[in-house]
Amino acid sequence: MKFAVIVFPGSNCDIDLYEALHTVCHADVQYVSHKEKTLAGFDAVMIPGGFSYGDYLRCGAIARFANIMPAIIEFANAGKPVFGTCNGFQILTEAGLLPGALKQNNSLKFVCKTVALEVNNKTMFTAKYQDHEIINLPIAHADGSYYADEEVLNELEENNQIAFRYAKENPNGSLHNIAGITNERGNVLGMMPHPERAVEALLGNEDGLRLFKSILLGSQVTGEMR
Amino acid sequence: MSTEMTPQEIKEQKPYLDWGLTQKEYEYISEKLLGRLPNYTETGLFSVMWSEHCSYKKSKPALRLFPNKNERVLQGPGEGAGIVDIGDNQAVVFKAESHNHPSAVEPYEGAATGVGGILRDIFSMGARPIASLDSLHFGEINQARTKYLINEVVAGIGGYGNCMGIPTVAGETTFDECYTGNPLVNAMSVGLMDQKDMQKGRAVGVGNAVMYVGAKTGRDGIHGATFASADFADDRETQRSAVQVGDPFMEKLLMEACLELTSAHAEWLVGIQDMGAAGIVSSSCEMASKAKSGMELTLDYVPQRESNMSAYEIMLSESQERMLLCVRKGHEEDVKAIFKDYDLEAVVIGRVTEGHRYLLKHQGKIVTDIPVSSLTDDVLEEPSEQKIPQHIIDAENSSNWKPQIDNPTEVLNRILQQATIASKESFTQTYDSQVRTSTVVGPGSDAGVIRVRGTKKALAMTTDGNGRFVYLNPEIGGKIAVIEACANIISSGGLPLAMTDCLNYGDPNDPEVYWELYQSVKGMTAACNVFNTPVISGNVSLYNENNGKAIFPTPMVGMVGLIKNVAYTIPSFVQAEGDIIYLIGETKADYSGSELQKMLTGNISGSLNDVDLIEISNNMQKLLSAMQQGYVASCHDLSEGGLAVALAETTFKTDLGLSVKMALNSAELFSETPGRFVVTVSPDKKESFEKVMEGNIKEIGQVTKTPQLKMKLSDNEIEVAVEEMQQLWEEAIPCLMKSKD
Repeated sequence: MKFAVIVFPGSNCDIDLYEALHTVCHADVQYVSHKEKTLAGFDAVMIPGGFSYGDYLRCGAIARFANIMPAIIEFANAGKPVFGTCNGFQILTEAGLLPGALKQNNSLKFVCKTVALEVNNKTMFTAKYQDHEIINLPIAHADGSYYADEEVLNELEENNQIAFRYAKENPNGSLHNIAGITNERGNVLGMMPHPERAVEALLGNEDGLRLFKSILLGSQVTGEMR
Repeated sequence: MSTEMTPQEIKEQKPYLDWGLTQKEYEYISEKLLGRLPNYTETGLFSVMWSEHCSYKKSKPALRLFPNKNERVLQGPGEGAGIVDIGDNQAVVFKAESHNHPSAVEPYEGAATGVGGILRDIFSMGARPIASLDSLHFGEINQARTKYLINEVVAGIGGYGNCMGIPTVAGETTFDECYTGNPLVNAMSVGLMDQKDMQKGRAVGVGNAVMYVGAKTGRDGIHGATFASADFADDRETQRSAVQVGDPFMEKLLMEACLELTSAHAEWLVGIQDMGAAGIVSSSCEMASKAKSGMELTLDYVPQRESNMSAYEIMLSESQERMLLCVRKGHEEDVKAIFKDYDLEAVVIGRVTEGHRYLLKHQGKIVTDIPVSSLTDDVLEEPSEQKIPQHIIDAENSSNWKPQIDNPTEVLNRILQQATIASKESFTQTYDSQVRTSTVVGPGSDAGVIRVRGTKKALAMTTDGNGRFVYLNPEIGGKIAVIEACANIISSGGLPLAMTDCLNYGDPNDPEVYWELYQSVKGMTAACNVFNTPVISGNVSLYNENNGKAIFPTPMVGMVGLIKNVAYTIPSFVQAEGDIIYLIGETKADYSGSELQKMLTGNISGSLNDVDLIEISNNMQKLLSAMQQGYVASCHDLSEGGLAVALAETTFKTDLGLSVKMALNSAELFSETPGRFVVTVSPDKKESFEKVMEGNIKEIGQVTKTPQLKMKLSDNEIEVAVEEMQQLWEEAIPCLMKSKD
């Protein structure tokens, strides 16, 4: 299984995703520039955190016009796994691959800390977790307050699209305590927490590792994952 | 420009006095260096290059005391940053810089561009920045203005560092009235490199290109260096235009492009330097001066974001996110292509020339024609007068304050809520401390620790400055600053390698201020020599005054240490029930300048006891050896608030408590004798640990399962729930920041 880590100008967690996959998971992974137009040969797309184009406009609003985006949309529409963390989540909502939007944290401040999350394991990205398992993952964002209208929120709940919820405290004001969602088909996941920062005991947390293992597992099984 | 004064008018109207040049300097330049009157542009160049910020003309005699070499130092002061060998053909690169004056005027941009500037210094050496630190000193949190400064400075540091993707992993924040109008904002950056990628800021080789890369030049920050070298009056609001505005996204692109150039195409590059203070002029003439070259620049080629900029404005602008390269002739297009890939401009603005002239052309005219060295090497060094401040003489002739403590529990609870001691999490939580996934220990510990990927090594790093001690006795205070930094590195299991500094003082023309500067550098030097921590880079910030009153003399020490095996990184908090607690180092009656004194008397006073550097160094070496052999479970150094605060802090955020019994009395519990540590050791390592330490330790108790802090003292007892103390400690600053004044 070959992973593409997309690099936008201003991406800065690209190395973190790369290292988590390459060094920790021993997966086949390659950086792909925002200037590319094709994702041929890749089996999964990973969109990193950071400040694409400085995030001087709405976070992710410029990245969605990058050269690579049509290829990512096509990739997602083909049912292949697309994962976005933090700025990656913001880009996925801006690109319309995920519903809703990420607003400024209700504290109006950037927040970097570890938070508790409740996992829904019925997605291809979370299969290796127990259902309703409480895990801890770092967050690091200023604009992570998930918002969608009532109708969309109901759909997310009904279709079981909410992959992660803030379990103890809601650090940013997200509706329904949403920390991460999939699309309806289940092959696109966006989440504000950073699983790639939690894959090594040396750094104090391995709770994110199973997310990457789940994606790798997904490539080995056939059939509908969700 | 036609509106510029002629050389004769300059002589008569003396605008240079406002730009920071003295009459004596102007005359020396005209009569001795040039043999003619300098024109408008030239006068501007001299005024910034001869400012303290660029020339160190005042502080040089003191700076010469510092050791700057040892067996590990690859690059000492004089370049963008210092470089130290860490084995495996790798090196660590670091430097600190102050942005005090800009932060006082426009705190968000002042702090942000402080971070941006120090990061450029690191990647100009060919190193990738891996961590940022800060050292912040504000007035008491009791005025709306101070709260505003704190909020904006913290937001600026986070805003720039978070966007750049460099984790902010350690630092310090203290509060004292003397910093009210003149906060200290010192930023430090640490980078990692392969030794083969080392770069220097030099322009050598006749015909090689001088290339400008990065953001366009605007009118921002003109005379920033001069501004940093003058004291504040209450008209600081009118100085706003001297503060630069940061664009971290631009800098991220610039960093990636420069690192691609230095790591993959070093053969195209002759030299590289950040355009920091005094912009194009300082970077270009320093690069020429270091290589003993001449240089010719055509200013019309400088990318400009405003129209009709004069030569004076182009040369003195401090627009951010710009670098100057010296590129081997014939590779100009190759370099342009790299920067183009990041959508950045790279423009040839001149060439290295024969001889030693610094020639600037603008709109078809020669606007500057002077020897390079006149800007960089010929600065008039003026001997400064020194005088012992009266308060120090008075203190030596009177007895020191001694505390009387009847209720140590109450004192402990109160001292944990003092802003300088209380948890800084509400600030550090707004910094991304984990990006690049190498942060082994983040904010809130004695030192930040970053692992070096692909090796077993890690780097420990800290910033420390305690103006109170330096104010009471600059020489001893200088020693203590270095001891404290070493102690923080040792506590995390690192061997102190070298240090950088920001020397923050008042107006050096005041003989008492100059005496403080000289004496404290003397004290720091003595400690550096004992600890083998040379000073490899640094920065001087003078004129830190507000309406004539100087700040506490506050040298900030930034230190980096090497942890040989990251598995032996030592946490600062207790690990397991039953672990034995030891106190390392003698506790003396050290209350002058202590947090206890400030809290109980509202002020600091008295004289300091000298420190035994050799004894402290011996203890540190033994402790490090015990750590490297795996005998130490946790270690925390004692600083503000003494043993009482250190013990309390070791239990915070754990489920554990501790029970100790000591011959010390309630007052001694809060004494701040430097160079002490609290260490916990698992019972099965007890014997081995004690053997390594050779009796220089006191066993004082053990870690308990009950989350309570129990201390039996010679005159009293403390028994309090950890949770209760932790809550006071955590909530103090958020509460102060919210309170209305």
